[in-house]
Amino acid sequence: MAQIFTRRTNMIPVIAPVIVAIVGGMLTFVVWFWFSPKHTDVGYKPRQPIPYSHALHAGDMGMDCRYCHNNVERSAYAGVPPTNTCLNCHNLVKANSPKFRWLRQAKNEDGSINIDAESTPWKRIHKIADYAYFDHSAHVTRGVGCVSCHGRVDKMVEVKQVEPLSMGWCLDCHRNVKHYEDRGFDPALVVRPLDRVEVTDMTWGPDHPEFKNWSGKAANAYADKLDPPIVQCSGCHR
Amino acid sequence: MSIDTSSQAYGDLNLEDPVKGREPLVRGDHDFHYITETVCRVAETKIVKTPLVFWAALGGALTLLSMLLASIGYLIWEGTGIWGNNNPVGWGWPIVNFVFWVGIGHAGTLISAILYLFRQNWRTSINRYAEAMTIFAVICALVFPGIHVGRIWAVYWLFPLPNQMEMWPNFRSPLLWDVFAVSTYFTVSLLFWFTGLVPDFATLRDRATHPIAQKAYGALALGWRGSMRHWWHYEKAYQILACFSAPLVLSVHTVVSFDFAVSQLPGWHTTIFPPYFVAGAIFSGFAMVQTLAIPARKWLGLKHIITVHHIENMNKIILVTGSLVGYAYAMEFFIAWYSGNEYEGFAFINRAFGPYAWAYWTMISCNVITPQLFWSKKIRTSMTISFILSIFVNIGMWFERFVITVTSLANDFLVSSWEYFVPTPIDIAMFVGSFGLFFTLFLLFCRFWPVIAIAEVKAVMPQADPHWEGYAHGGNHE
Repeated sequence: MAQIFTRRTNMIPVIAPVIVAIVGGMLTFVVWFWFSPKHTDVGYKPRQPIPYSHALHAGDMGMDCRYCHNNVERSAYAGVPPTNTCLNCHNLVKANSPKFRWLRQAKNEDGSINIDAESTPWKRIHKIADYAYFDHSAHVTRGVGCVSCHGRVDKMVEVKQVEPLSMGWCLDCHRNVKHYEDRGFDPALVVRPLDRVEVTDMTWGPDHPEFKNWSGKAANAYADKLDPPIVQCSGCHR
Repeated sequence: MSIDTSSQAYGDLNLEDPVKGREPLVRGDHDFHYITETVCRVAETKIVKTPLVFWAALGGALTLLSMLLASIGYLIWEGTGIWGNNNPVGWGWPIVNFVFWVGIGHAGTLISAILYLFRQNWRTSINRYAEAMTIFAVICALVFPGIHVGRIWAVYWLFPLPNQMEMWPNFRSPLLWDVFAVSTYFTVSLLFWFTGLVPDFATLRDRATHPIAQKAYGALALGWRGSMRHWWHYEKAYQILACFSAPLVLSVHTVVSFDFAVSQLPGWHTTIFPPYFVAGAIFSGFAMVQTLAIPARKWLGLKHIITVHHIENMNKIILVTGSLVGYAYAMEFFIAWYSGNEYEGFAFINRAFGPYAWAYWTMISCNVITPQLFWSKKIRTSMTISFILSIFVNIGMWFERFVITVTSLANDFLVSSWEYFVPTPIDIAMFVGSFGLFFTLFLLFCRFWPVIAIAEVKAVMPQADPHWEGYAHGGNHE
């Protein structure tokens, strides 16, 4: 009787595990690397309607973040400034720049406010899903600086997302800040002494002159008093 | 008295045990080749010569299966609101059906593992059936928790997989233990079933004439040549898997019962649940084996191999486990009274005399009264009555899960939140449709796979005894 299978079939048990390992490993890598918000979201840098430079305003000129994002200490939303905030200065400064098309329509010929003006269609960069509750004020008033989540905006000509803003990334702080001892975590890295350092200070970190005094006892005592929503689903999914 | 031992009716005869030794497990003067021929005949029938009744049965099963698939599609599209599940009965038919099917899936492993370890040779005629039934029942069972999550695309959340949310299932929840218990059970049962099938696939491969059949059975036979070394490995693997499966028979339904018992609801929060669930599972599993085996042995012409002796033995197990279940029902009631807990007491009074009394008494009549009829040898050995009673047990065991799940949820501590549960047509379509899935798989199994463990049955025939003085009446032993 002729053989049903060729001799090469004997190699299947040898080759199959190798193929399964390779394909499985590749699939795991694809999902782990390319499906992660670290890949899908980090680096998002849309072209904005006005080429506003945070590096110029917040960095070189040293404007405080709260001049424009003025609700950040009181509200869940930091707020995107209305056109009028821009015009406080740009009424006079470079008022005729062609980049200000969106600003000019906010004002009538006689200088009064044009109530029919469209708002500037800024593109939102940092976005958390609607089912996750997030409050800027809760973080900012407890000493979590802007830089912790938004990165060095004072050095960005065009703002881009630098952190994944994923759930795991949120939990990374929320879990560790209360269990800093077990997890080898320094709370001083994410919370700063608000009486000595502005929350908008972009340079906060181990190199900051105040860091040495804060890191350790003082920061740990402060972290002990914090009460962030930790492990319960309803902490953020309300 | 002359009996035609070659006729199929011989398998139905209720023989007395001969004085020396037991009655043979395979009836009639048959040799090894007869077993091979009888079992392979079904699988080797040409497709065009498939009996019409098979096509009709498969058509019916496929219709029900498409009903199940359509309902699942609608569920995924529309959401779980299409079920009757709502406050306060958040666990409706999907969980009832899950427990029902998982319970049925217990007989196979009991027969193949525990009876194997106890050297109960009669298991060889029915273990292949029962294991197949186990696999298919567990597949049906797995459908329900899978779709019960609602958002099917997030079903992988059931498993502890690393993810960007750093979110893990609740390891303290019996629902997670259930995922492990049932998936372990399915994996081990599948391996056990397949290991036993390998030598028989090789038989079918060697007899196959069509190239597709040769390739298909050849691939499944994994290169089995029946050498001494193969058999040596095979027996070892089979024994190891049997030892693996035996504790699973007890553990799986124990963990399923934890889904209820670990909660604090009156009627659920009882320590009797694990043994009571295991007994009920074996009870329902054997009933389903009977429901399938009694018609199948007739239609497939296997009466010499699955004899009245096997059916009777299974009826005895149904009697034992049914009595255990009846005892558990009584003990639940006793403890509800003896505990002095008024909520627990109410839960049971409410079961028996409340709005679900009709379901409760259906359960009692099917599960407590029916198996007691098997004290009579006449009933035990009657194919027709055994078949009918096995259906009753199936019905009763579904109602048991319905009673447990729904009555406790519908009437809990707070009277203001009581609500009567009514299933929707989709609930019914899904449950009936799950039988379509079950029977589609089972019919295809019957048609194409060896429904009897050929090699194992041969091993329990008198001819397999080295001292057998059969064909030549001991010619070599003079």
